[in-house]
Amino acid sequence: MSDSISHCMLDLAEEEYTIEDYQSAVPRWCVGCGDHGVLTAVQRLCRDEKLPPEKTVFVSGIGCSSRFPHYLKTYGFHGLHGRALPIAQGVKIKRPDLHVFVIMGDGDCCSIGTAHWIHALRYNMNMTAIVLDNSIYGLTKNQASPTSPVGQISNTTPRGSFIDPLNPIDVTLGVGSASFVAQAVDWMPDLTHAIIQAAFHHRGFSFIRVLQRCPEFMGHKYDDWVQNPDRMLLLKHENGLKISDELGRIYRNQEIHDPSQRNRAREIAAVSDPIPVGILYRNEDIPCYEDHQVSDVMNTPEIVDTYLQKEFDKYTINPPGAPA
Amino acid sequence: MNTNQSETLAVRLSPKKTTSTRSRPALVVDAHTVEIVSDSGEGAQKCGQSFGTIAARMGIGIWTVEIIPAEIQPPARSIEGASGNRIRLASRRVTNGGDEADLVVAFNDQVMLRRAREGELKPDCTVLLENKWKTHADPAIAAKYADAVDEMVRGGFDVREIPMEEECLKLVRDPRRGKNMYVLGMLCHIYSLDLQLAREQIAFIFKKKKRAVVDSNIELLESGYAWAGENLDLHFKVPPSEVKEPQMVINGNVAIGMGVVAAGMEVCAMYPITPATSASHYLSEVFSNVGGMVHQAEDEIAACAFAIGASYAGKCAVTITSGPGLSLKQETLGLAVMAEIPLVVVDVMRGGPSTGLPTKTEQSDLLFACFGGHGDAPKVVMATSDIEDCFYSMITARKIAETFNLVVVVLTDANLASAQQPFPRPTLDKDWHAPPFDQSPIPEGALAYDWDATTGIARRFVPGQPGGMHTLTGLAHNRKSGVAYDSSVNQEGVMHRSLKLAALQKTLSAPEVHGDEEGDLLIIGWGSTKGAIEEAIDRVRKQGLKVSSLHLKFIQPMASGIREILPRFRKVLTIENNWSDRYENELIDDDNRRYTELATLLRARFLVDVDCWSEVIGSPLKPGTVEKVILEQLETLEAQP
Repeated sequence: MSDSISHCMLDLAEEEYTIEDYQSAVPRWCVGCGDHGVLTAVQRLCRDEKLPPEKTVFVSGIGCSSRFPHYLKTYGFHGLHGRALPIAQGVKIKRPDLHVFVIMGDGDCCSIGTAHWIHALRYNMNMTAIVLDNSIYGLTKNQASPTSPVGQISNTTPRGSFIDPLNPIDVTLGVGSASFVAQAVDWMPDLTHAIIQAAFHHRGFSFIRVLQRCPEFMGHKYDDWVQNPDRMLLLKHENGLKISDELGRIYRNQEIHDPSQRNRAREIAAVSDPIPVGILYRNEDIPCYEDHQVSDVMNTPEIVDTYLQKEFDKYTINPPGAPA
Repeated sequence: MNTNQSETLAVRLSPKKTTSTRSRPALVVDAHTVEIVSDSGEGAQKCGQSFGTIAARMGIGIWTVEIIPAEIQPPARSIEGASGNRIRLASRRVTNGGDEADLVVAFNDQVMLRRAREGELKPDCTVLLENKWKTHADPAIAAKYADAVDEMVRGGFDVREIPMEEECLKLVRDPRRGKNMYVLGMLCHIYSLDLQLAREQIAFIFKKKKRAVVDSNIELLESGYAWAGENLDLHFKVPPSEVKEPQMVINGNVAIGMGVVAAGMEVCAMYPITPATSASHYLSEVFSNVGGMVHQAEDEIAACAFAIGASYAGKCAVTITSGPGLSLKQETLGLAVMAEIPLVVVDVMRGGPSTGLPTKTEQSDLLFACFGGHGDAPKVVMATSDIEDCFYSMITARKIAETFNLVVVVLTDANLASAQQPFPRPTLDKDWHAPPFDQSPIPEGALAYDWDATTGIARRFVPGQPGGMHTLTGLAHNRKSGVAYDSSVNQEGVMHRSLKLAALQKTLSAPEVHGDEEGDLLIIGWGSTKGAIEEAIDRVRKQGLKVSSLHLKFIQPMASGIREILPRFRKVLTIENNWSDRYENELIDDDNRRYTELATLLRARFLVDVDCWSEVIGSPLKPGTVEKVILEQLETLEAQP
């Protein structure tokens, strides 16, 4: 009932928002942490898209990255390690009027919450999921994560991590109903913003992996790539990202990649050096779970009453002598 | 209008002659218990349910119990594979599955043995046994049949070998389909049930099938009816009960599903688990017609997290599971408690731990439901005592969850899940229905957790409410929902969340004593054992014994008034379907005995030496068992000075 009212309300005086309208507490992440840049990109998106703060929900798991909602002046749900996705799905299912974002870390999404990640792709609910992937458990103090490279020294791998890391983009593209897959890096903030914006406009489940440096435990992981722009591969297309001339002069290694080409996307994703940045895959034709699941009927006492009477009729017996 | 009747107007109303030649006047009995057992897939359950429904439509009191094997299709003719239905008939309202059966129809010798060896048959029980195995081409089968009959006869049972299949073959080519309706016809004659009601019942259950299927099954029914009349000297009549108002005949899980609808909930998130799933089956069938939806999640954790997300952003949601699922949900329940999100959790209990007895009943999740989570996580725990209570409990649970922003765990069990019992058709009340969630602006300066000093309740802010933006968190938090960096803030939150249980407790009315308010022995129970316990109390009170019982609906918090009741009895004993150590085991003494779950709670709260008796045999508690326990207890009491 009330959700329909909020659907119907006309916003006659269009609101203008500033970045401050989305800023809450001062972030308590480490200086140099990649999370700061993503937060700014998201706040820019909210402002540019004029998202009413009360109609916007950021759901997160647990970990450094999952403090994200605390630093936004929207509704936020700082939930449980690994469980951000099912919580966000519950929010979205009966509230299509809300803009739902999911913020997870690499441990959150690709380890303890793996089942939910795979199935979120299958459900394809309309929301934007961002994995802040710094290849390490930061908040619990330096343990190897599923995306840690071989040889990574950590508190749980003192002789170096020895199993190949999981490639979240590759895995995501392996799920048939994945509908939007992109990769960003924390040292290219404009592209991060552009990718999040494209994800926001995609109708379906958008999955963005952001490669990040953890200044505390993995500060130098991407030094070679940061210092050598040729080891980056920018994906551009008229239906994908546009690369500014300025950026194009620095990052000359570019590929025109049509995001509808799934097979090429998987080839690109499978290579970790050079690091691809951009929209790997997008398919607007995959149905959203909520389109099938949300009923057109309103849940009102009258409708419930009428329906239950009919249901009761099916199972009612009138003993002899009962009033007709 | 009764759908049964409307569906059956097309049924042939001029049946063939079914008067019997051998029939004699029916023996009037005030109660009888019938079982129909077969291999899985032979239709004994459909036969039993139909038999119960026809009897109920005649005004006879019934309670049906499903007999379920652990597998979908266990090997044919295996002792463990018995599948079917027990129907207890009485000329009064029936509240439980009763004691041993008076009559059993067995489709083969092995399922017959199963019920006898389990002690489910009365010593002189009549057995109507399919006789086709006697002359089976496989000599091993014929030998087994002969051995089984021999064992039963030696055991004193009245075994009648019946050519059911042979008779069915006169009418149909594949007697595996339809033999159950032939048996239904036999039973209708034996119990003097109205044949026309039986025809209507067949038309109803096959309403989606072709007319020819309906006709063929009616023919089988009539043939069974006639055969019993001509060949059996068994003829009973159970007079109808006094019940006059319209009755609903459903099982406990359907009642749970209907309760969810009546409560105005909109989201049920679940993962398949026996014996809970059929509640979600029902909702999957109907929920979208009232704007609701069932989400089958990827696992139990996701189901709970999904329900929490839905509750957070709108109306209170429900998740339905069984014990192992409740274990998996514990971390998410902690989140709901910490963040004060209303949530209803249904646990249809089964035997445990681990996979345990997945199709059988037990009451072993009580303490776990109360205290299972990490940290201090106060939750409401209530238990359903019969089918009707399953329906109303959902309405109460939803209301409590949303009024106090609490997690409410509703405990029901495998016994109620599939048992059927008529109860008065509910009169719907608009107050049962969840109000629309709040979308009004939040006044400036209002706090996300503005805990009331007395009740601990805080107004909940729902996404969409302008001015209410905050980040809800599973971290300890202050009134602004900010992370609690100061430890005293944590204590404030814990205190207020705990106060909400006390606030609810003040609204609960004291449970009523069944029987006199004082006496020698007080039996305390909870959940699905209510009917069996109260029936036993009534039996022994008729003998003049000073025994009463108390049945608890709310276990956490517990209503006031119990403290005053306990000392009025010389002895207090709980009877439960969860384990308690027995003194007959050499090592067990007062220092190490593990008490039943409710007894543990009562002893801790009331400092009374509450004793307990329990069994975990997987089948519903029998009134006869309770009666025996009571008599033993009284004997011991008498021996004491």
